[in-house]
Amino acid sequence: MADAEIQREAILAAIDNVAARIAEEKSYLTDLDSAIGDADHGANMNRGFQAVVEALDGDDAEEMGPDDLVKMVGKTIISNVGGAAGPLYGGSTMLASAELEGGITAETSVAFAETYLQKVQDRGKAEIGAKTMVDALVPAVHTYKKSIEQDDLPPLTALSKAVDACERGVRYTVPLRARKGRASYLDWRSVGHQDPGATSTLFILEELLETAEEYLDGEVVRDARSPDVPDESPEEAADEALDGEDE
Amino acid sequence: MVGLVVVSHSQKAAEGICDIAAQMGGSDARIEPAGGDPDGGIGTSVDRIEDAIDAADDGDGVVVLVDLGSAVMNAEVAMEMGDATVRIADAPILEGALNAAVEASGSKATLDSVVESAEEAREYRKLN
Repeated sequence: MADAEIQREAILAAIDNVAARIAEEKSYLTDLDSAIGDADHGANMNRGFQAVVEALDGDDAEEMGPDDLVKMVGKTIISNVGGAAGPLYGGSTMLASAELEGGITAETSVAFAETYLQKVQDRGKAEIGAKTMVDALVPAVHTYKKSIEQDDLPPLTALSKAVDACERGVRYTVPLRARKGRASYLDWRSVGHQDPGATSTLFILEELLETAEEYLDGEVVRDARSPDVPDESPEEAADEALDGEDE
Repeated sequence: MVGLVVVSHSQKAAEGICDIAAQMGGSDARIEPAGGDPDGGIGTSVDRIEDAIDAADDGDGVVVLVDLGSAVMNAEVAMEMGDATVRIADAPILEGALNAAVEASGSKATLDSVVESAEEAREYRKLN
């Protein structure tokens, strides 16, 4: 695999892409969150990722290996998000970064994904089916691991399949009743709405795939991908997601 | 003396709860608010919680009272990142803070006894 310098460049490019995507989707994420939560997911995620871009602009970033770079991303998110997304996205990224000590390979990326999922579940205590980001993460991580370890697919192809699985997971959150997080206070009224955390998880993975396509070879499977910028209201998105369950 | 930190999504709520609890805990009470997100809006902030824990800790440990969701998770992260001995009380935030302040001001208070007092507040009924 690529040497340390290229990996560093790829990580920085990925962060820029994710931060730009989150900024672009800020009001969409907030719309989803205002339907079943506290209407701050877009603003919180955007504040976190803008802080990451600023933090990595400094000279320190040039000396860092992949693991330390990713760790710094996590720490910056923790300090700047201001909601549960801080510990969940930032804390899990920070703790999983140790898996990348030897650089990013197919093997260490699987370990990173598995540890990230584990830390999200340890912190958030959500099982699959609770209408949370876990519903998007579990299919993504399981698909990525299986594609690499069982099917011997190139990491880029494995990642594209994981993004597809993640998208299906996001759709799966729509008809569920929330059992964790702020949406659980709404109980049955949360049914029919798409989970904001699952959605932002998908946006992040889509941007990681987009970035990976610049650096890696392999077939990209895109059949379950959504339009890049959903502009419908949460209610419309919910209806569409329900109508769209025909594959 | 065991210190207390009150973590709320609202800075005003955290400060107000500290004021109410401090009235019962006496002038020596070490009660610090950690409310609001990093910009002072509604939310919680790991950095604010870490600072409050440092301010409340004199070496005997700190008990943290929390309101909802992210307050718990951010308090856990702050606890893991810092050096102080910290426990989160599984208690209603206002009644728990009040109980904890009273217990912490006693001469025999320990970290365990303060957590226990805070958690007793779970049983309180307001109308018989």
